Amino acid sequence: MNDQNTLSTLQAVLSRHGNDGTRLMQILRETQEALGWLSPATLTAVAKTIGWPRAKVEGTAAFYSFFHTRPRGKYCVLWSDNITDRMLGNRDLMQAMCEKLWLEPGRLSEDGLVSVNTTSCTGMCDQGPALLVNYRAITRMDMARVEQMVELIRSETPLDQWPAEWFRVEDNVRRADILLSGNFVPGSALRAAVARATADGTTASNDRSVKESLPRGLVGPTAMLDEMRLSNLRGRGGAGFSTRLKWEACRNAPLKDGQTRIVVCNADEGEPGTFKDRVLLSAHADLVFEGMTVAAYAIGATKGFVYLRGEYRYLLEPLNEVLARRRQANLLGKNILGLSGADFDIEIHLGAGAYVCGEESALIESLEGKPGRPRIRPPFPVTNGYLDQPTIVNNVETFASTAMIALNGGEWFSKIGTKQSTGTKILSVSGDVLRPGLYEYPFGVTIQQVLDDAGAKGCVQGVQVSGPSGITLSADELERRIAFEDTPTAGAMMVFDCSRDMFEVAHNFAHFFAHESCGFCTPCRVGTQIVARLMDKLATNHGSQYDISELFKMHRLMQGASHCGLGNTACNSIFDTLNKFKPAYERRLKSLDFEPAFDLDAALSEARQMTGRDDAGAHLSNELSHVETSR
Amino acid sequence: MSEKKKLRVATTSLAGCFGCHMSILDIDERLLDLLEVVEFDRSPITDIKHCGPCDLGIIEGGVCNAENVHVLREFRNNCKILVAIGACSVNGGLPAQRNHLELHDILTAVYQTEGGLAHGVHIPNDPELPLPLNQVHPIHEVVKVDYFLPGCPPSGDAIWKFLTDLIAGRTPHLGHGLIHYD
Amino acid sequence: MSEQQTFLLDNEEIPFNPGETIMQAAKAAGKYIPHLCWHPEFKPHGSCKLCTVKVNGRFGSSCTMQATAGITVENRTTELDDKRRTLLQMLFIEGNHFCPSCEKSGNCLLQATAYDLGMMSPHFDHFYPDRPVDASHPDVLLDFNRCILCSLCVQASELADKKFVFNMGGRGMRGRKIIINSESGKLGDTNFSVDDRAASICPVGVILKKRVGFAVPYGERKYDKAPASVVEVAK
Repeated sequence: MNDQNTLSTLQAVLSRHGNDGTRLMQILRETQEALGWLSPATLTAVAKTIGWPRAKVEGTAAFYSFFHTRPRGKYCVLWSDNITDRMLGNRDLMQAMCEKLWLEPGRLSEDGLVSVNTTSCTGMCDQGPALLVNYRAITRMDMARVEQMVELIRSETPLDQWPAEWFRVEDNVRRADILLSGNFVPGSALRAAVARATADGTTASNDRSVKESLPRGLVGPTAMLDEMRLSNLRGRGGAGFSTRLKWEACRNAPLKDGQTRIVVCNADEGEPGTFKDRVLLSAHADLVFEGMTVAAYAIGATKGFVYLRGEYRYLLEPLNEVLARRRQANLLGKNILGLSGADFDIEIHLGAGAYVCGEESALIESLEGKPGRPRIRPPFPVTNGYLDQPTIVNNVETFASTAMIALNGGEWFSKIGTKQSTGTKILSVSGDVLRPGLYEYPFGVTIQQVLDDAGAKGCVQGVQVSGPSGITLSADELERRIAFEDTPTAGAMMVFDCSRDMFEVAHNFAHFFAHESCGFCTPCRVGTQIVARLMDKLATNHGSQYDISELFKMHRLMQGASHCGLGNTACNSIFDTLNKFKPAYERRLKSLDFEPAFDLDAALSEARQMTGRDDAGAHLSNELSHVETSR
Repeated sequence: MSEKKKLRVATTSLAGCFGCHMSILDIDERLLDLLEVVEFDRSPITDIKHCGPCDLGIIEGGVCNAENVHVLREFRNNCKILVAIGACSVNGGLPAQRNHLELHDILTAVYQTEGGLAHGVHIPNDPELPLPLNQVHPIHEVVKVDYFLPGCPPSGDAIWKFLTDLIAGRTPHLGHGLIHYD
Repeated sequence: MSEQQTFLLDNEEIPFNPGETIMQAAKAAGKYIPHLCWHPEFKPHGSCKLCTVKVNGRFGSSCTMQATAGITVENRTTELDDKRRTLLQMLFIEGNHFCPSCEKSGNCLLQATAYDLGMMSPHFDHFYPDRPVDASHPDVLLDFNRCILCSLCVQASELADKKFVFNMGGRGMRGRKIIINSESGKLGDTNFSVDDRAASICPVGVILKKRVGFAVPYGERKYDKAPASVVEVAK
């Protein structure tokens, strides 16, 4: 670090974070925003200041897609590559952009100006094709924008002088119910929660738990937990675990000296096809923050985090403004609403491009400044979470629902939806529909109803519910209902009309998982790569029945042997499409026998080029039956 | 009663060193017992040039050039059972240790930039010579292979056990001491 | 003193002490559960998944799961050994494992486990990754071609040697690798010593002491004399 400016920039970032290694994610992101990339010398300086081994700092930097440990172009363009972006033509647009810039995808231009590549779904499926430029979201790409963007890049125009319209992100709320209707008054839910407790129970809500021998009468939080029990709220991240049980386990977990309980809002909305949390946070942040505060009140937490995916970087400043406003209104900070000891505050942490951080223990690792690798469980976060403290991690939508439960009571909530799936569900609908966007329904709505409301185009071939890790439904199953007891979902719904190739859907997802596997366990690390390669083989018409049975075999292995949900669900869509859309695979088969995965004739290409030969002997047929006998 | 039909066996070495074939000879006097039940088709032992219909094909070595592909296909088309014998056949072995390099760089280094090359030397381009593939492949990446007998080479005892199992209609099983990758 | 608690492992009663994992209790009872990333001196890592067993019908890693009274554990069943063989094949094709030219051959746990499970071929197509070796240290060579990402060197260096020379970093199959604790990324620029515990922990042939290769003749090496299933429960 000989450059004095660089050094002082770095020191400013580090001291802003108290030279605290657990804040490494934020330190690295802010450093990169200031310096462009994370050079070896930068990492050494960071390690020295935070007192971590350098290899540990590098380990974190190397894990996340959005951290650059090699020089990055002045413009880093990343095209969102979800299947919905593909359907909107992102590949052609990206190709055109690369041609105009004289670039190969993934390569930095010779002059270090620009790189163009793909990234996992950026959560803009209702307004794609989308991309990120220097990690700022741009929506609704088309050829005209590509051409203009190429010019702006060539002329090195700073990003803040690019057309503001490009950065506009629509909410596209098409059907609103209790969460999205938008008439929530900040503080109302908290006041209602406090009002429900008897007078002597409303103090010191942060200080007790059942196991710590509660002083009598501290029933404020218990009253809230009662409402949660009545509400029967289940986690909105997809798994549907009882929110009340999670909270109680955390509330009852013993605290060691100096520890506190932690509330984490999981806003790492990485499941391709999902974008509801983005809208909740951009249009209803008070509802979410209030739900977190209610949770803190109920379990006795003093510290809260929102783990916001890096793709939503543009929400950081607006969210911080909402937090500041809430502090001013005494809805956050010390003695909230004037209750002595009711201390709670929230901080936004940004992720950096890692789907696996949506898994709660991986998210906590990331919050601690480490690679987002799911932990060995048990112990679970409710007893040993953030910095070994009792921690609840809930989805954005779960907290929004919590606020409504606090406001209107658990019984009111339980009457919405079905008996086992109470409340509403926000669905992110994209793909072949006329009106992509958000649809909030009481649980129990049929898929067909959603499709009708969203204006499904023509004949529907399939619907991917809950993203790549979810379930692929065929046209025969559209009367199924959105509910934990029928079709559970974290919220994504991607619609494919009859012109689509369902193989390509599963093919896209296979590459997604191969890119996002954290690499910790063998079945997922190697398995996702093998699966992606098999799908490529089928895609290029080199496959056989043998490869299809290999896919089934990988599914059986990875589902069960993998360390976390990513590996366990990585073959779901392949399994579903193989069962429901098998002809999409069969029509690609080259033969029923074994086929090599590579093109034998192409494998002689380099030698042909080097020797200048092009005679018959310099080529290979790709047919097994073709045997050269004339030698 | 007519004499039991002998099993027809073909063997060859692709990108290998013939070490596995030497090891086949290492089954020593048991070769005579073997010849009671098998007869050889194409093999270095018989000098038959092309493989006819066979019960068993044994392939030593990986696939590093176009000719290897032709021979391997000839075996696969003619043999009911195909066996990969030895490390190179099973995972590419020594020749495959070039696989992380670009063929272009290898040919350039070997024929153009290495010290000690004669003046005017160039990359051989005689049509009689088979062209090298971009990478060396174990044979199961090119054709379906039914059995694998690893080792560098597998010992005579391992080969004997393997073949006697196979001939007797048992799935070959080697067990500790006979199964080796080195 | 309360009665000895037990669980069932492949239909045999295995005693255990509270707090022990299934793996620890099985080893103490002389029962082999195949494993690569587990080592009795260190915390269970749970990444290789070779030790996957079925506990009351559900898959789990025996190195991380606590033994509890009365559970039924399936270990050496055809189904589980089939999965283990596949996992081994995945590890072999992920790296560059050329046993004939590896000086760890015969003393390698990956190889010995594959022998034990009767792995006759790598089955899958190879990835043949490019993983340069690091010969910068005067006494130790690092050949990453054989790395199975077990993290034992990371733990040994951190916990036993208090040095933190290694870390496991990067993401996914293409990215995940050992990170060396120096700005150059070279082992020679660290305080690593050939006498470190981490220098002799590698179950495969990544961390090799220089000038001692192929010292033990074929036939007399660790796993020549007895298979992994015997060696690994005897030590």
